[in-house]
Amino acid sequence: MRIYVCVKHVPDTAANIKIVSDTGYDREVKYVPNPYDEYGVEEAITLVEKAGQGEIIAVCVGNESSANSLKSVMAMGVHRSILVKTDEQLLDSARIAKALAKAIAQDEAPDLIFMGKQSVDSEGMQTPYRLAAELGLPVVTGVVDFSMEGSIAKVQREIGGGARETSTIQTPCIIGATKGVNEPRFPKLPAILKAKKKKIKIMDMSTLDIADDSQCRLKNLEPVEERSNARILEGNTEEMVASLVKILREEEKVI
Amino acid sequence: MSKIGVFIETADQTVKKSVPGVISAALQGGEVVGFILDGLAENYRESLGEYGVIELVSLAAGNIDFSKQPEAAGRALAEGAKAFGITSLLGVSSPIGNDLLARAAMELKASLTLDCLEVNFQENHVKKSHFSGKAIATFEMGTGPHVIGIRPNSFDAVQNPVDCRVIDHDLDLPSGDAIEIISVVKAGTGQKELTEASIIITGGRPMGSSENFKLLDDCAKTLDAAVGASRAAVDSGYAPHSMQVGQTGKIVSPKLYIGCGLSGSVQHFAGMKTSDIIVAINTDKDAPIFTKSDYGIIGDLFEVVPALTKALKE
Repeated sequence: MRIYVCVKHVPDTAANIKIVSDTGYDREVKYVPNPYDEYGVEEAITLVEKAGQGEIIAVCVGNESSANSLKSVMAMGVHRSILVKTDEQLLDSARIAKALAKAIAQDEAPDLIFMGKQSVDSEGMQTPYRLAAELGLPVVTGVVDFSMEGSIAKVQREIGGGARETSTIQTPCIIGATKGVNEPRFPKLPAILKAKKKKIKIMDMSTLDIADDSQCRLKNLEPVEERSNARILEGNTEEMVASLVKILREEEKVI
Repeated sequence: MSKIGVFIETADQTVKKSVPGVISAALQGGEVVGFILDGLAENYRESLGEYGVIELVSLAAGNIDFSKQPEAAGRALAEGAKAFGITSLLGVSSPIGNDLLARAAMELKASLTLDCLEVNFQENHVKKSHFSGKAIATFEMGTGPHVIGIRPNSFDAVQNPVDCRVIDHDLDLPSGDAIEIISVVKAGTGQKELTEASIIITGGRPMGSSENFKLLDDCAKTLDAAVGASRAAVDSGYAPHSMQVGQTGKIVSPKLYIGCGLSGSVQHFAGMKTSDIIVAINTDKDAPIFTKSDYGIIGDLFEVVPALTKALKE
């Protein structure tokens, strides 16, 4: 069994993002492996552990320091990595998917590909679909439960209102994981040290001949103004509640 | 005049509540053509005409049941869009909407922007969240085709009555899809869908138990609101993940959001900061949530929420 896991190197969700140009942000923040991708990594590791055999390869498109995210997932249990190097920030999903597809195609044939349903930086929610289109594989995203029955994967998705949909999907396929599918492990020190010796193959994105023909381009990035301090209501419980109801009914007209 | 397509998402023979807002967004760009996958176009014709859908295309492909075959459903939307000269296909960014829009976009080799907060056909741009809601990105749209998902409640539904015509459109689609939906299990409790709700009341870790969420249920009933939970409350086992609001849960955008016992983490705000009005209830006057809400009540949720329920009933 050979499983590829796609991992994006992204700013921590708690990081303060400073926008420095029309479409750029300051990279001097803490970076982590995309949390949704970690669900995919954990699922791949669990599968290989259960099977007692198999190889897991992480693939990442990003700048040189993305190697840190690859080391993190190798410490979790990924065997080796491929980094498609580019210095471009907020690269569009179409080109990321093409780069991932080429990197995988030049490596080996996948039995399964796991990734997160979205990244926490550009929140595009489409790289799994684009990668699937590039590789000609079926895809299901938003997966909260995954199992294999022979060569068929069985997955569950949440479809709103607490409803869950179960589907079967022929493999090889692409699975976009989300919270609920597992609890990603925290690697222990020996695993972290061992991961330093694992191999990262580096390829330059410019050598992959990827066309930039997107019909949708990032033109501007602007910070969202936070609300300022709340208007704190005064009095005892009944008085505070009464003034809240009055405000919501008469001023804001939301109830 | 351009034709804008709208995927009319339905569930249990009812048009999803967020669809009319998407129709209103689409009308800025031209005539609106609706696409239906459940074969019941005639049932929805009048109500969709009220919002300005001029043509309602009922897509069918032999014996294929689109509700069980997402790949065929995506292909049908793409084929429908092509057949009716659609330049932009819009839909609700719900779990099913996002999935089918993405599949259609791949078939159309279109651009895809999901969870958009704004779409502007005059300026040819869309806006969406980046970095957990900390930034807004503007995307310039080329000649297309484009597939655009709209975050529920981002556009007000405006009535714009027209005479809506149903068109049956049969497609010849390949059989033998790789994906098959084998079952859908609904939540037993009649849980109200968070992303569609106009009002949401959410509990954090101080709720202390799943039983205590009944306090929020009671209050929600008086407001026709949905009940949400913070990650901390979900991780403590007080509420199911399907109720989680935030980064790794639901992204919501109601008119009114009432947070009870929430600290106000960045990750939680990533899921609800586009709410119109945010009310915070917390015993800790220094909780960060008070620095980024509209109204605050410093008090114990176990006293404030029942008092609120009582006041709302009066």
